[in-house]
Amino acid sequence: MKIRKNIAVSDTGFVFDPSTGESFTVNETGQEILNLLKEGKSYDEIATAITTRYDIDRSGFEKYYQDFIEMLNHYHLIDYEG
Amino acid sequence: MENKKKLVVAVTGLNNTDNPGPGIPVIRALRESSDLEVKVVGLVYETLEPGIYLRDLVDKVYMMPYPSEGSEAVLDRLSYIHHREHIDLLIPNFDAELYTFIKSEKVLHEMGIRTFLPTLEQLEERHKGNLDAFGKKYDLLVPKSMPLLYENDIRKIEEDFEYPVMVKGKFYDAYIAYNEEQVLSHFNKISAKWGLPVIVQEFIRGTEVNVVALGDGQGNTIGAVPMRKQYITDKGKAWGGITLDNPDMLELTHRIIRATRWRGGMELELMRTDDDKYYILEINPRIPAWVYLAVGAGQNLPEALVKLAMGMEVKPFTSYETGKIFVRYSWDMIIDMKDFEKISTKGEI
Repeated sequence: MKIRKNIAVSDTGFVFDPSTGESFTVNETGQEILNLLKEGKSYDEIATAITTRYDIDRSGFEKYYQDFIEMLNHYHLIDYEG
Repeated sequence: MENKKKLVVAVTGLNNTDNPGPGIPVIRALRESSDLEVKVVGLVYETLEPGIYLRDLVDKVYMMPYPSEGSEAVLDRLSYIHHREHIDLLIPNFDAELYTFIKSEKVLHEMGIRTFLPTLEQLEERHKGNLDAFGKKYDLLVPKSMPLLYENDIRKIEEDFEYPVMVKGKFYDAYIAYNEEQVLSHFNKISAKWGLPVIVQEFIRGTEVNVVALGDGQGNTIGAVPMRKQYITDKGKAWGGITLDNPDMLELTHRIIRATRWRGGMELELMRTDDDKYYILEINPRIPAWVYLAVGAGQNLPEALVKLAMGMEVKPFTSYETGKIFVRYSWDMIIDMKDFEKISTKGEI
C-alpha cells in the first residue's frame, strides 16, 4: 500500500490531489505517516517509527492508524497496486 | 514587438455579471498575446453590460439587435459596424447567437469578417436534446435524456426515469426536480425564457468537472485544460476553480474532437462518478467564461483561436500548469452618466 504517486504533500502538511483538484491539510503526525507511506514503508516500520517518537503504545497507534488509512481510502489517495 | 499582427476583433458576451459571459476573459487573453495587437470592438445587447465601461479592455462598443429579431437585422447592424471598424474576426460568445452567426458564415466571409465556429451539423448533434444520439454515435457515456415539448410529456418521465431528474433549458438553466410538480414548475419557467424543447436528463451522482478545449476543424486538439469548480454560485457558475492533471479527461476531450472534427472553442461539462466514469452532461459550443484560467495555466486558447481563424500557424499546446486556481470577484465601477447616455441613445460608445 502506497500513497498515489501524483499526490503532493508539502512540508506544511498541505496535501493536493492533482487529478481531482481536492486539497486537504494534515497535522504533523499525519504528515509523517503520509511521507512514510510515500516511501513505501510497511505498517511495522511505520508503527515502530511513530511509537518510538511519540508517547503512544502499539495498540493505541494501530487504532489511530486504521482510522487514518480509512480516511485516505475514502478520499482515493491510496494506490494498492503501486 | 514591431512584428505584432494588427487585427480588429469583434467580441460579444461582455456581460460580466454573476452569470458571466466569456467576452471579457477572451479579451484579456487577446490583450496578453505577444503576436497580436488587437483592437477590440465589443458587441452588446444591453446597456448595463459591464464590459461596455471597461475602457482599458474594450476600444469601441456597439449595441446589437437580439438574434431573435432575425439574422437580417443582425447582419444589417454588423454591416454598419464593419463599415466603420473594418472587423477582421468575430468571436461570438453566447450559445443563443451561434446559430445565426454559423448560418451567416458565408455572408460574413464575403463581407471580410472571419469566424472560427463549429459547423451547423456539429452545433446540432451535440445539442442537449440530441445528446443521447451523440453518445451512441461516438460511443460516449451520456446521461439518458428526453425532450419535453408539451406539458403532457411530463407524465411520461416516470416510464423511463427515476427521480430526481435534471430539467434543462435548450441554451441555459438547469434545475433538479424530485417529482412531477417540480418538473412542471421548471418546465414553465424554462420554456418561457428559452423556448422549447425543455430537456429532462437522468441525474448522475458525482463530482462535476469541466474541460475548455480548442479544435482546429481537422480533428486535432490545439489545446485543452481540465478544471474542477471549487466555488459555485447559486446559478451553478464557477466562482473559483482549479486546473487538474487528469489524463482520462484529456483523452476523452481528444477523442470527442477527433471524432467530430470539432472547429472552434468548446467546453465539456462532465460528471465523474465514484467509480471514475465520466458522463458528458453538456458540450458547450464556445469558449467558457472561465477560459482565463487556461491562459493563466499556460494555454492562451483565445489567441490560438484567432490565429487559426486568420490562417496563421498554430502549434498544439502540449502542457499546462496543474493546481492553478482562479477566484472571481466583483468590482463596482463608477460610470459617468454621459457614457450611459451615449450607449443608450446612440447605441455606440
